[in-house]
Amino acid sequence: MSDVVISVRELTKRFGDFTAVDRISFDVHRGEIFGFLGANGAGKTTAMRMLCGLSYPTSGSGTVAGFDVMREGEKIKRHIGYMSQRFSLYNDLTVWENMHLFAGIYGLTKRETEVRAVELLTRLNFSQERNTLVGSLPLGWKQKLSFAIATIHRPEVVFLDEPTGGVDPVTRRQFWEMIYEATEGGTTIFVTTHYMDEAEYCSRVSIMVDGEVRALDTPAHLKQQFGAESMDEVFRTLARGAQRGE
Amino acid sequence: MRGFKMLLQKEFLQIRRNSFLPKLIIAFPILVMLLMPLIMTMDVRNVNVAVVDLDHSTASRRIASHIEASEYLTLSLATDEYAEALEALEQGDVDVIVQIPDDYERDMVVATPERISITANAVNATKGGIGMQYVVHSIAHTLKELRGEKSPATLSEMVTVENRYNPTLNYRHYMIPALMIILFILICGFLPALSIVGEKESGTIEQINVSPVSRLTFTLAKLVPYWIIGLFVVTIAMLVAYLVYGLAPTGSVWTIYLGALLFILTISGFSLTIANFSETMQQTMFVMFFFIMIFMLMSGLLTPIDSMPLWAQRFTMILPPRYYIEILRSVYLKGTTLTELWVNFAALGGFAILFNTLAALTYKKRS
Repeated sequence: MSDVVISVRELTKRFGDFTAVDRISFDVHRGEIFGFLGANGAGKTTAMRMLCGLSYPTSGSGTVAGFDVMREGEKIKRHIGYMSQRFSLYNDLTVWENMHLFAGIYGLTKRETEVRAVELLTRLNFSQERNTLVGSLPLGWKQKLSFAIATIHRPEVVFLDEPTGGVDPVTRRQFWEMIYEATEGGTTIFVTTHYMDEAEYCSRVSIMVDGEVRALDTPAHLKQQFGAESMDEVFRTLARGAQRGE
Repeated sequence: MRGFKMLLQKEFLQIRRNSFLPKLIIAFPILVMLLMPLIMTMDVRNVNVAVVDLDHSTASRRIASHIEASEYLTLSLATDEYAEALEALEQGDVDVIVQIPDDYERDMVVATPERISITANAVNATKGGIGMQYVVHSIAHTLKELRGEKSPATLSEMVTVENRYNPTLNYRHYMIPALMIILFILICGFLPALSIVGEKESGTIEQINVSPVSRLTFTLAKLVPYWIIGLFVVTIAMLVAYLVYGLAPTGSVWTIYLGALLFILTISGFSLTIANFSETMQQTMFVMFFFIMIFMLMSGLLTPIDSMPLWAQRFTMILPPRYYIEILRSVYLKGTTLTELWVNFAALGGFAILFNTLAALTYKKRS
C-alpha cells in the first residue's frame, strides 16, 4: 500500500526498567493530519523521536516514507521535516540565512532555495522580516518560521512536536491554516498537541496513555465511542486512568 | 557539498555575530605574546654575591671585580669574615658567598692551591642553583685569564662553554614557541568544544540531527573555521615575536605553518571529541582543563622532558603538543628542516587523523 506513509508495529522504547513507549502499532496515510495525543510523560515525544531517526527503538518495527525505522534512519531523514518542541533554529542567524542553511542541508540548489524561500516568506507574510535575526522574533512568528523551514525541502511527512505551545489563539489559527495548506500538496502531518480544539482539526487521532496507544480513530468516531461531547471529554476519560504522573 | 558550504558559512556568521569571540581572537594572541615573554622568564638576575677575601691578592681582587662587572651578579658585600657573610646570607641579603682562601695566588703558582669555596642559599632553588653557576662561570673565567698570563700551556685544560643555537641562553626564545602552543590550545582547543556544547544546550543540534547531514560533514564544518583562525593566530604570534622581541625563525616559515595546520587539526579534533561526550558547558570546561594541565605541564613546554622521570618521558610520547613544540623550537632556533623533523610531522598527522576520526565517530545523531 503506497498510501501508507508511516507504519508502526509493536514499537517499544525502554530506558533501563522504564518502558517509555510500550508496543505501539498504527498506520498513517498520505495527506492525513495525524493527531498524536497524550498527557505529559505519556511517551509521545519518545515515539516521535524514534520515527524521526533520533532515537533507536528497543524492539518492534516500523517504516517511515518507505524506509525502515531500525536500519534506515538516515534515509528517513531525507524525506521528513521535524519541528522540535523546543525552538531550534539558529537565533543568531537571520530568517533568510536560516532558510538557506536548511535548504542547503537538504540539497536544494541555490536557485531552488531562492524560489522556495521567497514563496514561503510571501505565504507567511514575512517578506519584510527576511533580514531580521531569528532571535528577535516573537514566539508565534518563530513557530511559523520553524514550520516553514521544516517544509522547505517539500518532505513527505512533517513531524510537529507541540508546535503551538505558548502561542496566542490568532497565531494558532494561522498555524493550522499553514498545516492545511501543506496537506493539500500531499504532505502528511504527524502532530502532537495538548489543545483539544486542535485535535478536532485532525483527520485521525491517537491517544497515548502510559506509553500505550489506548484509542485511535477519527475525532467523530472517538466521541461516539466514548459517548462524549468533545475531544476534551474523550481525553479526560482516557487520561484519568494514567498511572504515570507529571 | 552545498550542505557543507552552508554549514561553514553558518559557523563563520555565528563567530562574527558573537559579541565577544572576534575580539578575543585578535586581542588574545597579541596580549599573550606581548606580555608573557616578559614574565615567563627563568633568567636569574641580580644575584647578590658576598666575597670573603682572605687572600688580599691581585688574583682575589680580580675575581671580585669580575663578579661586580657581571650583568647578572652584584657584589653586595666584601669582607674578610666568613661569619659576617653567612649572617647576610641568612638574612637574605646575599645569595652566594665566595670565599677565597689565604695565600691563594701564591699557591696557584705552586699548582695546588686550597680550593675556593662557594656557598649558595638554595631556598629558592632556581636562583641559588643558577646563581651559583654564574659565579662559578665568572670565577673560571678569571682563573683562565690569570693562568693564561702565567703559563699559556695550561690553557688547553680549561673547559670551554658555548651555548649553541641560543647563544645568550635567552629564555624568551625558549618560551615564545611554548606560548604559541598555549595559544593554540586555548583558542583552537576550547572554542570548537564550546561551540558544539552550545548547540546542545540551545537545542539547535536537534534540528541538525534530524537532517540528513553526515557526521563527518558537520564535524568538518566545525573544524575548518578554527583551522583558519589558528593560522591567523600563529601569524600574529610570529609577527609580535619578530617585531617586539626580534625573534625570527632560523628555518622555514612554511615548516612552522605546516606544523600549525596539523597541530590545530589535532587539538580541535580532540576538543570536539570531548564535546561529544559532554552535555553541559561546565562538564566540557572541567574535562578540557584536566587535559590542558597535562598538555601544558608534561609536553616539555615549560620544563625539559629530559629531566622528567623515565615513566613520564615515555608518557609524553602520546601528548601531541610535545611533537609540535619540538618542531617550533628547532625551526626557530636551529633552522631544522622538514625532512629532519619527519617523525614529528608523521606523529602530528597521525594524531590529527585519530582525533578527527574519533570526533566524527563519537558524534551521535541518534541515541
